[in-house]
Amino acid sequence: MGETVGSAALGRWLRAFADAVSENADELTALDSAIGDADHGANMRRGMNAVVAKLDAAPDVAPAALLKTVGMTLVSTVGGASGPLYGTLFLRMGTSAGDRAELDAQAFAAALRAGLNGVVARGKAVLGDKTMVDALTPAVDALDAALTDGAGLSDALHAAATAADRGSDATIPLVARKGRASYLGARSAGHRDPGATSTALLVNTAAASLG
Amino acid sequence: MNAPDPNVGIVVVSHSRALGNAAAELAAEVIGDIDVPITVAAGLDATTPGTDAAAIATAIATSDRGAGVVVLMDLGSAVLSAELALDLLDDVGADPATRGRTVLCPGPLVEGLVVAAATASTGADRHRVSADAAAALGPKRSHLGLSWEPTT
Repeated sequence: MGETVGSAALGRWLRAFADAVSENADELTALDSAIGDADHGANMRRGMNAVVAKLDAAPDVAPAALLKTVGMTLVSTVGGASGPLYGTLFLRMGTSAGDRAELDAQAFAAALRAGLNGVVARGKAVLGDKTMVDALTPAVDALDAALTDGAGLSDALHAAATAADRGSDATIPLVARKGRASYLGARSAGHRDPGATSTALLVNTAAASLG
Repeated sequence: MNAPDPNVGIVVVSHSRALGNAAAELAAEVIGDIDVPITVAAGLDATTPGTDAAAIATAIATSDRGAGVVVLMDLGSAVLSAELALDLLDDVGADPATRGRTVLCPGPLVEGLVVAAATASTGADRHRVSADAAAALGPKRSHLGLSWEPTT
């Protein structure tokens, strides 16, 4: 724990996210079976298990290289739309990290913002489309706002996690406009979006592991 | 004697390895022994459905003989992964010019692939190949008595 994020901290976060995905895989798949193709939990578990295997094999690299490895691993192992989307998130975070050995709070927030921008550009989703963007956008906004207000990284990440949870909750009444769920039209309303749900897990595990 | 100009390459992106291979077999029937590189990037492995942007990037790199590549995709993540693959071409050691001569085709996978292969085998450029593949539902629509353009 500390005010900066290096590769060891990133590794703790990713392992915690892998555990959370595994524990919630059945729920993620159940959400996806309601409005999608019933594979989100299994796909994310396969992808994050592959990420953990990569972390085990090469734990000692700089943040940028670690984040790129995570992105490339997800791109090649998730399989569904979450592969290119989560993959892009981590690839862009890696680019943003540059040659830093440790990311301070501002640099970590900037990396997450770059990741969000990448996801938005890749998926062409906007707020309210009932996607992972609906959890990630308020989380990144809350992180930036808390840091601007003088909060430390830990408190700011907890604010981000609360915002991600609220964003995930707010997808329930929405009608999906992207992905397989959009084929259902109005019938997608009343179900929580699985991508927003896994993204809330990502931000909650960041709050628990970093800062 | 100069070597003949290379034909446009074609990449088949599908969630299913079996579907991708079968579609490529159909396309191979229309080109006979004419050299059109067709590469399948489909499924995470032989039985696990999914798309892999890194594998698609490699397929694009190996299918570009200098005339560029037309990419046919099925649905959903196939499109996102193909778009991401364009960003990964450097990582797989592609010719720096390949990105600029790769076209992601909006045509339907099976009909589009067969038409793309046929057009590519005539030596047409990548824009012609992609345009013909994108219009590949025309004959079927016409036969069924529907207007040529899909209704919205």
